[in-house]
Amino acid sequence: MSRFEYAPAPESRAIVDIKSSYGLFVNGQFIEATDGKPFKTVSPASEEVLAEVSEAGPADVDKAVKAARKAFDKVWGPMSGKDRAKYLFRIARLIQERSRELAVLESLDNGKPIRESRDVDIPLVAAHFFYYAGWADKLEYAGVGDDPQPWGVAGQVIPWNFPMLMLAWKIAPALAAGNTVVLKPAETTPLTALAFAEICQQADLPPGVVNIVTGAGRTGQALVEHPDVDKVAFTGSTDVGRAIAKSVAGTHKAVTLELGGKAANIVFEDAPIDQTIEGIVNGIFFNQGHVCCAGSRLLVQESVYDEVLARLKRRMGTLRVGDPLDKNTDIGAINSAAQLAKIRELSQIGEDEGAERWSPDCELPANGYWFPPTVFTGVSQAHRIAREEIFGPVLSVLTFRTPAEAVEKANNTPFGLSAGIWTEKGSRILWMANQLRAGVVWANTFNRFDPTSPFGGYKESGYGREGGRHGLEAYLAH
Amino acid sequence: MPTKDTATQRLEVRKTYKLYIGGAFPRSESGRSYVVNNAKGKFLANASQASRKDARDAVVAARKAFGGWHARTAYNRGQVLYRIAEVMEGRHQQFSAEVSASEGLSISKARAVVDASIDRWVWYAGWADKLAQVVGSSNPVAGPYFDFSLPEATGVVAVLAPQDSSLLGLTSVIAPAIVSGNTVVAVSSYERPLPAVTLGEVMATSDVPGGVVNLLTGSASEIGPWLASHDDVNAIDLCGITSDDEARDLEIAAAGNLKRVRRPAAEDWSADQGLSRLTQYLELKTVWHPIGV
Repeated sequence: MSRFEYAPAPESRAIVDIKSSYGLFVNGQFIEATDGKPFKTVSPASEEVLAEVSEAGPADVDKAVKAARKAFDKVWGPMSGKDRAKYLFRIARLIQERSRELAVLESLDNGKPIRESRDVDIPLVAAHFFYYAGWADKLEYAGVGDDPQPWGVAGQVIPWNFPMLMLAWKIAPALAAGNTVVLKPAETTPLTALAFAEICQQADLPPGVVNIVTGAGRTGQALVEHPDVDKVAFTGSTDVGRAIAKSVAGTHKAVTLELGGKAANIVFEDAPIDQTIEGIVNGIFFNQGHVCCAGSRLLVQESVYDEVLARLKRRMGTLRVGDPLDKNTDIGAINSAAQLAKIRELSQIGEDEGAERWSPDCELPANGYWFPPTVFTGVSQAHRIAREEIFGPVLSVLTFRTPAEAVEKANNTPFGLSAGIWTEKGSRILWMANQLRAGVVWANTFNRFDPTSPFGGYKESGYGREGGRHGLEAYLAH
Repeated sequence: MPTKDTATQRLEVRKTYKLYIGGAFPRSESGRSYVVNNAKGKFLANASQASRKDARDAVVAARKAFGGWHARTAYNRGQVLYRIAEVMEGRHQQFSAEVSASEGLSISKARAVVDASIDRWVWYAGWADKLAQVVGSSNPVAGPYFDFSLPEATGVVAVLAPQDSSLLGLTSVIAPAIVSGNTVVAVSSYERPLPAVTLGEVMATSDVPGGVVNLLTGSASEIGPWLASHDDVNAIDLCGITSDDEARDLEIAAAGNLKRVRRPAAEDWSADQGLSRLTQYLELKTVWHPIGV
């Protein structure tokens, strides 16, 4: 099958109005940072500077936490659940109204294909606010007692892979439960969080209920370690998660952590083959593989290995890598130079350790950060590419003979975030789901998300759940 | 000090108080023991003083038992816990005497503590087949999937049992962990370890598989750091740690493999226990199952 040729179909950038510089969003206003250096956020697809963003230092973080505390004590805490719900519904609607703008902004700043930001990220953002809005006046039914109480001020640190979706996962349940928040977006993707700050203004959300402090690790550390933060929520790497777990030791702070993964995507010989190939591609190449729950370890039953590999390679040959704003693009840009270097390094290690590397012929743009869809075969469980999270479009393929062997290999990892099962046999799906030590198990699908569906890991993939009633529980003292 | 039953003049056969690991009763591999006195300071027994190596052996036993225990039906686990209560009832007098001596309670107050402990096993036994309904969910996702979330045991739980309440407290920290399918390595109260050893004997003679509950007598301060930093332990209850600094250090050690940590807090063992210790050691698994023809 030869590749279809498409004319470029770029989404217009005219819909977004990016300012040349942004302050911090504290107490309902954009303010200058007082003790940090400004930094630049670039489009990873072109390395074009999009805006200058303020770095919040410890004094700025303190200001934001004080604003959040005051809003918690005076406004948001005492407010009826019914009114909190209305603010959240308002925010959900504003996001829907501005969805195209937010999608373009997300793709510009993050590098993900517009098809994904438009059809997955932003609709899910609105859905999360809509879902949790409805909980705000029903907390006594959340299963944590008759009189559930918020923790107070939530300090939230989110990653760059789904910038606005992770913001929604953090802020929506926190506000519904009656907490106020200080949120730090990732340093490479701050723009949609700053647009969200404007949405809070448009919604007339009381000042201080949501505060956005931009910056890198130092800012995040100041936030997590601030003594007046009651609840810490973090999504990111397992190493940073460990550091956070240490830093809150001996304090009163409640913590939830969504960390790394190395998910097994398990293909049985009776799997529906076309659907499975799409699922494998979606599992590892969705969002350039910058997905903590990515199906990065493909386990294929030996009897269908040759067929699955041949079809997978053929399908990979049709993936279109390039301009994130082009509506035909399947794989966008790697989010940062640092991440690209990490993907290159681990891929090189894969080769050095003896695995066989393959990528389709694919022309990569001259500027920006790019990595072709890649598959490694001949991978053993001991290889680093089978054990470590690469967080890029790199798939490691292993084989198995029996369901028991598949389970053993799938569970042979310190992570436990997600897993996939491909088979036509319903009883096997449920048996496998029982055996897998992972927080989310997808059967004959992969990378599905929904605000009603709890998400989170076992073991070193972290603790706590986001989404659904369980995600709300994480923001209620109990 | 030989004692005689004055009615019969018969010399009492005393018990050797040992550890309970993997269903067996070893002495500490370290060869150490320590003197256990009653509340008035009078000699009761020598207890085994568990070491780092004993703790590691216990973790191995607990991990080995986890798969089988966790795979049992909830109904079966409920019955096994209920059986613990039944067997304890038959040893009521022995437990009462040990609690009375350890905690300095009158025999009638000690009996009430034993009553409450047995009742607590019954209470938790009943939770086995209800937890999934109370804390699980079916999730109405916007798509053609049956999406459901079920609680599952997190794995091996290290429990540093309360120092004060030697039986009721111990029961209240072990039962909620094992009822959902976890296995436990517990370090007893240091000064009041005897009821824990007897509880181990109950485990061995009820239907609890070896390794599901492992009981170490000795110092939580000494053994705690090895359990907190052990990579094959999934969660830790710091209940028996009384120093804030120690608790903080153990929480830091536990972060190494991201253990689920229960911090020490003021506890009322006689009160209703609620769900928090049960849910502390649960993972939630969400499964997306397709719907189609």
